[in-house]
Amino acid sequence: MRIELEKRPGGSRLFSFVSPLLALLLTVVCGGVMFALLGKDPVSALYSFFIEPLQEVWSLHELAIKAGPLILIAVGLSVCYRSNNWNIGAEGQFTMGAIAGSFLPIVFYEWHSPLILPLMLVMGMLGGALYAGIPALLKAHFNTNEILTSLMLVYIAQLFLDWLSRGMWRDPQGYNFPQSRNFVPEAILPEVLSSGRAHWGFVFAIVAAVLVWFMMRFTLKGFQITVLGQSERAGRFAGFSSRGMIWFSMLFSGALAGLAGISEVSGSINHLQPSISPGYGFTAIIVAFLGRLNPLGIIASGLVLALTYLGGEAVQLSLEVSDKVTRVFQGLLLFFVLSCDTLIHYRIRLVFDRLKGASDGAA
Amino acid sequence: MKPHDMSRPDALLSVRKLTKLFGSFAACDGIDIEIQPGEIHALLGENGAGKSTLVKMLFGVLTPSAGQIVWKGQPVRIGSPGEARKTGIGMVFQHFSLFEALTVAENIALSLDPGISLARISDEAAALSHAYGLPLDPKAHVADLSVGERQRIEIVRALLQNPQLIILDEPTSVLTPQEADRLFETLAKLKAEGRSVLYISHRLEEVQRICDRATVLRHGKVTGACDPKRETPASLARMMVGNEVATVSAAGTTTRGDVLLQARNLNVPARTPFAVSLKNLSLTVRSGEVLAIAGVAGNGQSELFDALSGEYPVADNDAIRIRDHAVGASGITARRLIGASFVPEERHGHAAVTGMSLSDNLVLARSQSDRRAFLTGGPLGIIRHKIVREAAKRISAAMDVRKSGEDPPAGSLSGGNLQKFIVGRELDRQPSVMIVNQPTWGVDAGAASRIRQALVDLAKSGSAVLVISQDLDEIFEVATEIAVINEGRLSNAYPAQDMTREKIGLLMGGAHDKAGAEAQHAH
Repeated sequence: MRIELEKRPGGSRLFSFVSPLLALLLTVVCGGVMFALLGKDPVSALYSFFIEPLQEVWSLHELAIKAGPLILIAVGLSVCYRSNNWNIGAEGQFTMGAIAGSFLPIVFYEWHSPLILPLMLVMGMLGGALYAGIPALLKAHFNTNEILTSLMLVYIAQLFLDWLSRGMWRDPQGYNFPQSRNFVPEAILPEVLSSGRAHWGFVFAIVAAVLVWFMMRFTLKGFQITVLGQSERAGRFAGFSSRGMIWFSMLFSGALAGLAGISEVSGSINHLQPSISPGYGFTAIIVAFLGRLNPLGIIASGLVLALTYLGGEAVQLSLEVSDKVTRVFQGLLLFFVLSCDTLIHYRIRLVFDRLKGASDGAA
Repeated sequence: MKPHDMSRPDALLSVRKLTKLFGSFAACDGIDIEIQPGEIHALLGENGAGKSTLVKMLFGVLTPSAGQIVWKGQPVRIGSPGEARKTGIGMVFQHFSLFEALTVAENIALSLDPGISLARISDEAAALSHAYGLPLDPKAHVADLSVGERQRIEIVRALLQNPQLIILDEPTSVLTPQEADRLFETLAKLKAEGRSVLYISHRLEEVQRICDRATVLRHGKVTGACDPKRETPASLARMMVGNEVATVSAAGTTTRGDVLLQARNLNVPARTPFAVSLKNLSLTVRSGEVLAIAGVAGNGQSELFDALSGEYPVADNDAIRIRDHAVGASGITARRLIGASFVPEERHGHAAVTGMSLSDNLVLARSQSDRRAFLTGGPLGIIRHKIVREAAKRISAAMDVRKSGEDPPAGSLSGGNLQKFIVGRELDRQPSVMIVNQPTWGVDAGAASRIRQALVDLAKSGSAVLVISQDLDEIFEVATEIAVINEGRLSNAYPAQDMTREKIGLLMGGAHDKAGAEAQHAH
C-alpha cells in the first residue's frame, strides 16, 4: 500500500473551508504531544493555553489588544501577497511607523492639543509606508528581490529604535532606563469600552479588514490586484501597470503596518522602548495565510494567533514552561496550514496492490 | 494472449457505453470503440470532443462514471496508469513528463519497477530504440535533446513495458515533417508485430495515410466509425464538426478606405537576449483590408505585436499611427480608447487569466474602453458584475462558445472555445482597427473557420485588420494583402491574389523585396 496525491480537476470548495480547521486541529494535537513530552498533563496544558484566556473579561481585552496589530498588518500583507509582491518586512514597517508617530509626543512633549493624536496616526502611516517604499523602489527600478530587502530592513529599523530609545529620545527624567518620555494624555489612543484596556487599534483593524474586503471583492482596484498577482502578462495586456502595483501594494501594506505600530505604542505602551513588538510583523504573515488572504478570514485567524500569545503567557505562568511555546505553536500552525492547503488541489489516495488480482483475472 | 470465450473474440480492447461526467457535463457520453489486434486506430475529433477524457479513462488517469472496458474479452477496472501499464496499455502524452536534468536512461527508470539496474535499462532501451528505428543515446541528458528525441524517450519508455496497445496523443503536433515520417515507420513496425495503436489526431491527411480504422467523436459521442482511406477529408471533417466546415469567403471585393493603421520606420531594440529587434518596419492597413503577415516563428512576430498593441510602447511616438493619432509612445489603454483591439498569441496568462471567470476576463480587456457600462462612476470604480455577465453571455452566444456552466473559469474551456471568446470579446466592441497574432493557433477546424470568417467580415464592415500568422492556409483564406516578416524586417505588402506559396517561401527565407519583386515578375 502506498499513499498518492492525485490532482483534483478543480479546487475543492469543501477543503478550502475545512483545511484551516484541520490545520488548527493538528496543531492542537501536536501541541498536546509536545506538552506530554515536557512532562505536563496535555489536557490541562491545552486547557490553560486555549480556553482559560477566553474566560475573563480582562483577558478578552488583552486578546483584542494582541489581535489588533496582527489583523491590521495581515490585511495589508494580503493585498501584497495577492498581487504577487512578497513583503516580509512588516515588522520593520511597524517599528518605523511607531517611531514616526512618536515624533510629536516625544519631541514636542509639552504640546497638549486634540490635534496631536490624528497627526500621530497619519505620521505613523507615512512612516510605515515610506519604509516599505524602499523595497518597492528597489524592486520597481532595480528588479531587486523584495523578500530579501524588506526582511533585512527589519533589523535596521529595530536597531534604529534601540538607538533612539537609549540615546537621543531617552527620557531625561527616566533614571537612565532605555525608554522615552511617557506620552501626554492627549497623545494616548483611548480605550473603546470602559471594561478594559482594549483601545481603538482593534477597531481600526476591523474597519480596515472590511474596507479591503470590499475593495478586493467589488472594485476595479481589487480586480487589478488579482489579475497582476495571477499573471503579470495578462495585467499588461489589460493596461494595468505592474510597477504601479508594486508601489501601491507595498506602500499600502507599509501604511497599515505603520498604523499598527503607532496604535500599539500610543494605545498600550505609552512610550518608546527598545522592544515594542513580540514579532507581530512576522506572525501577521501566518495570520494572512491562515485567513486564506481574505480580509474577513484574517479577522478570525488574527484572533486565533492572538490567543497563542495569551496562551503562551498563561502556560508560562501556570506550568512554568518556556515562553518559546508560543513560537512553537505559531510555527506548527503555519506548517499545518500550508500543508493542509495541498488538500484543496489534491486528493489523497491510498493505493493497494490489487492490480495483480485484476491482471491475473484478465490473463 | 489466447482469445477467451467472449462475445467478440477478436477485439483486443472494446469499450462499451463508457461515460464520464464532470458535474452534469458529459465529457464522454456512452462511447463504444473496438480495437483489433494489429491495427492503427484513429481517434478523431475537434478540441473538446472528449478524446482526451476517453484515453485518460483507458489509461487509468480518470475513473469512468459508467460503462465498461473490456480487455481481451474480460471486463477490467483500470485504476491507475501503473495498472494500465501492467494490463498492457502504454501511452505517449502530448505534453512530455520528463526531467530535463536527468539522462534518458534515468528518466526511463523512473517509470519502471524500482530495483532494475540502470545499466540493464540502458541496454534494453538502446536495443529497443535500435530495433524500432528510434535512435536514442541512453546517456544523453534530456535537456540537450530536441522535441522529436524527447518524444522517442516516451515511446521507448512505453515499449519497454511490452504493451499490446499504445496510445499516442497528437504525436505529430510537435514534430517536423521529417520526424513525423520516421514516427510513421515505427508505427508500421509495431503494427507488423501485432500490436495495436490508438492514434489521436485532428490532422486528417495523416490519419488517412497511416490508420486502418477511425472513430470520430463529437460532443462526447461517437459520430462515425469508418475506414479513413475510403473517406475524403471533407467527409471526415463533416463527421467531426457536424456539418461542412464553412469555407471562408474572402474579402477581395470590399472597397478600400482611409488608412487606419500605419507603422513608419518602426525600430525596436531587442528587449531580452532572446528577442528579435524590429528594423525599419513599415506597414499600412486601410479600412476594408486584411493585411496578413506571414513568417516562420521567432522572426519578430511577437515583438511586432507588442509594439503595435502598446504593451511595450516605443520611443518614437510618430512611428505608429492608429486612425491618424500618433500613438507610438502611448500604452495599450490609450490605443484601445481610439478604437483599436488586440488579440495576442498566448491564450493562457496573456489574453486571459486562466483561473478567472469568463466575465472577469471580459473586464480584463475592456475595463477602460467600456468603463461607462462596466463600472460605476466615481473614483471607487465598482464593477457591475451583472452587466458584465450579460455581456459575456452575449459574446458566448454570438461566437458559439461551448462551456460547462454559466460563467466558468477561462481555463476550463477548450482552446478553440476560449479563443472564440477572446476574439468575440474584441469583435463585440466593433473595433475600427483589429490586430491579431496567430488567431487560430492550436484551434480546431470548426472554431478556426468561424474566427477567420469573423475577421473577414470585420474588414468588410470597414475596419482595418492585421493578422500575424504562421499558417499559410489561414493567410490565403483571410488576407487581402500579404507581407512577410523575416528577422525583424518586413517585406512590402502584395495583393493576396498575386501571391503564391513559393513567393512567400522566398520572402520567408530572407530574400526580401528584391527577390520578392523578382518572384512577382517571374510569374
